[in-house]
Amino acid sequence: MANLKVNMSPTKNEMPEQDPMVRAGNFDEVALGYDAETAKKEAARCLDCKNSPCREGCPVAVKIPRFLEKVREGDFEAAYQIVTSTNSLPAVCGRVCPQEKQCESKCVRGIKGESVGIGRLERFVADWHMAEQAKLKDPKVEVPASNGHRIAIVGSGPAGLTCAGDLRKLGYDVTIFEALHKSGGVLVYGIPQFRLPKEIVAKEIDNLKAMGVKIVNNAIIGKSETVDELFADGFEAVFIGSGAGLPQFLHIPGENLLGVYTANELLTRVNLMKAYRDDYDTPIKHFHRVAVVGAGNVAMDAARVAKRLGAEHVYICYRRGRDELPARKEEVEHAEAEGIEFHLLNNPTRILAGDDGFVTGIELQRQELGEPDARGRRSPVPVQGSEWVLDVDTVIIAIGTSPNPLIRNTTGGLTFTRKGGIEADEGGVTAREGVFAGGDAVTGAATVILAMGAGKAGAVSIDKYIKSKAAE
Amino acid sequence: MYKVVTKRFLNDAKTICLFEIEAPLVARHAQAGQFVIFRLDEQGERVPVSVAGWDREKGTVSVMVQAAGRTTKMLHTVEQGDYISDFVGPLGKATEMDGLKKVCVVGGGVGCAIAYPIAKEMHKKGIDVTFIGGFRSADIVILKDELKEASDKLIMCTDDGSYGEKGFTTVFLKQEIEANIAEGKPQFDRVIAIGPDIMMKFLADVTRPYGIKTIISLDPIMVDGTGMCGGCRVIVGGQTRFACVDGPDFDAHEVDFDSLLKRAAFYKDEQDAAAQHICKMTGGKRNG
Repeated sequence: MANLKVNMSPTKNEMPEQDPMVRAGNFDEVALGYDAETAKKEAARCLDCKNSPCREGCPVAVKIPRFLEKVREGDFEAAYQIVTSTNSLPAVCGRVCPQEKQCESKCVRGIKGESVGIGRLERFVADWHMAEQAKLKDPKVEVPASNGHRIAIVGSGPAGLTCAGDLRKLGYDVTIFEALHKSGGVLVYGIPQFRLPKEIVAKEIDNLKAMGVKIVNNAIIGKSETVDELFADGFEAVFIGSGAGLPQFLHIPGENLLGVYTANELLTRVNLMKAYRDDYDTPIKHFHRVAVVGAGNVAMDAARVAKRLGAEHVYICYRRGRDELPARKEEVEHAEAEGIEFHLLNNPTRILAGDDGFVTGIELQRQELGEPDARGRRSPVPVQGSEWVLDVDTVIIAIGTSPNPLIRNTTGGLTFTRKGGIEADEGGVTAREGVFAGGDAVTGAATVILAMGAGKAGAVSIDKYIKSKAAE
Repeated sequence: MYKVVTKRFLNDAKTICLFEIEAPLVARHAQAGQFVIFRLDEQGERVPVSVAGWDREKGTVSVMVQAAGRTTKMLHTVEQGDYISDFVGPLGKATEMDGLKKVCVVGGGVGCAIAYPIAKEMHKKGIDVTFIGGFRSADIVILKDELKEASDKLIMCTDDGSYGEKGFTTVFLKQEIEANIAEGKPQFDRVIAIGPDIMMKFLADVTRPYGIKTIISLDPIMVDGTGMCGGCRVIVGGQTRFACVDGPDFDAHEVDFDSLLKRAAFYKDEQDAAAQHICKMTGGKRNG
């Protein structure tokens, strides 16, 4: 990099976005991405620090300074190859990773000013590559020769896809079993179109298929087939990346009233089943005033989906304060810009309905912040007698999920955490020989990139396991 | 894609149709009481429907579907040899049969299609099965011969008396229970009731005073069928349960029918509107 000057601008190059008032009425992608010139300028802000602290912040250890160097030089294909050498889903990660808590939080440029826009650049190289591939009549994909060992992967979410991609690159014969009719797990049923276009997910999955990864849809492991049967069918190892699908409830009166959705149901109807489009059959209610309970990324997604479906008022009800909001910073900013209203320090105590059972309001109790809890977050303390009613026709519960019990109930030899997650070490090794696990199925609800990191670790462990068995 | 191997209407009025679908993964494990979810095509909804039969050798699963809303009406236009986009399962828990000796299975309308495989399995296991099948009128009666074969005693009834006995299933269930008492015969150790929610509610009222454990099969609104969306929640014994993974069978005496009936009607306006918007040119076939 010696011959190129570092761009010393203290701030990131802006990424163009759809106007908030316009985008609140459509499902098109909010952030529009860098063009080539802006990408080069942004990449030139990298100091190429000797010890690359940014890489430590990345769960899949993307070689960040190396790919930024190639972007700066304008060799975008080389940059893409460097990214994908450790990350199978760059177009996804560039869009949904909480970079401000990961790579960008370690960036030296962030000490005096803003960090390098690593996420935006990762997105740029992935999008650039896809656009170039689309121009080719017959895109060249390297299909690694099979080593003859068959591996089954349960779930086609970020953990499963990453594990599959890495194992295929090592020569394994990989089959993913997916319960839903579409592949991608939370990337297709959970994260909305305007944040992660489904065409992008489909292309990433097509890349894996072109590499020789097989995907069987409509196959629910634990129901259609058990883990034992997978072994009986000749698979030598199984990776479980079945996610954290089960919605949690508040356990307050009124949760089964008409108009109370879980975020999972709302998002699945809209993202997977495309209820927002007239040409799709899945119904969704036309609500007007919506309370979303919770303030994580899923709550922000649900609120912004509700707004786009035409709700006049969408409120985020959260029992802690602004500093404690668990969602990615950009999502909170986007939500506010789109007109989502925040009722912070308000905890729901019950949901109210008319005689017909339809929701008419949610009772909230004001909170004050008390002492920090074990994780350092200040705990909410109820203000007695401060209950008030927010007038809404719909309540969306977005307070988290827990691991799906289908595998737990049908697979012997595994051990489980108190919260129902599969017990596995950092390498995804479980109590049962040949069975590996990672992602939300182990940790409970977390992020896409952590699940990908777990998928990666699982692939390394499976490779080691198969090789050690072969050596016996 | 999943092939429709057989299509056959089950009654004169052509309201209920049998579809035998090529689905080896489902056929391998399907049991009585479980359900599948099908989707017609890319734009289609995911619709749960009970398993009516299976052939593990052939790798096929049968479902019997009543044309009620938009999707089921469109399914009825699918022909033998055609393909549907998705067919996944088996979902939910199988009906419990262990230790049972004498059971009364009650089916109402298309509920008989769900009750039939349960009665058949029980009968095969040597359980004494009385089957009460209720319909509105003769033209919609299904499975006349099959139900005879699957039971030790069969009572068919219609609301207007146009086929079998005249009257509701509740009347005949009470009559059978009373007869067991009067004649000193062993009482039913279980009643399985499957039909419209309102019928199951009244059947539960019939058995409650006798203390006969009564199981009903529920089909609330759901999306994924694997516990993810939580849309199918029902209140059972004061607890929220998911019909897709905890059910579909529940103890009728514990189910909160008021909540069940209200929740089932949540999308009524949308469903009515959708059902009226089936293309008149193509008779409901998309891209047809």
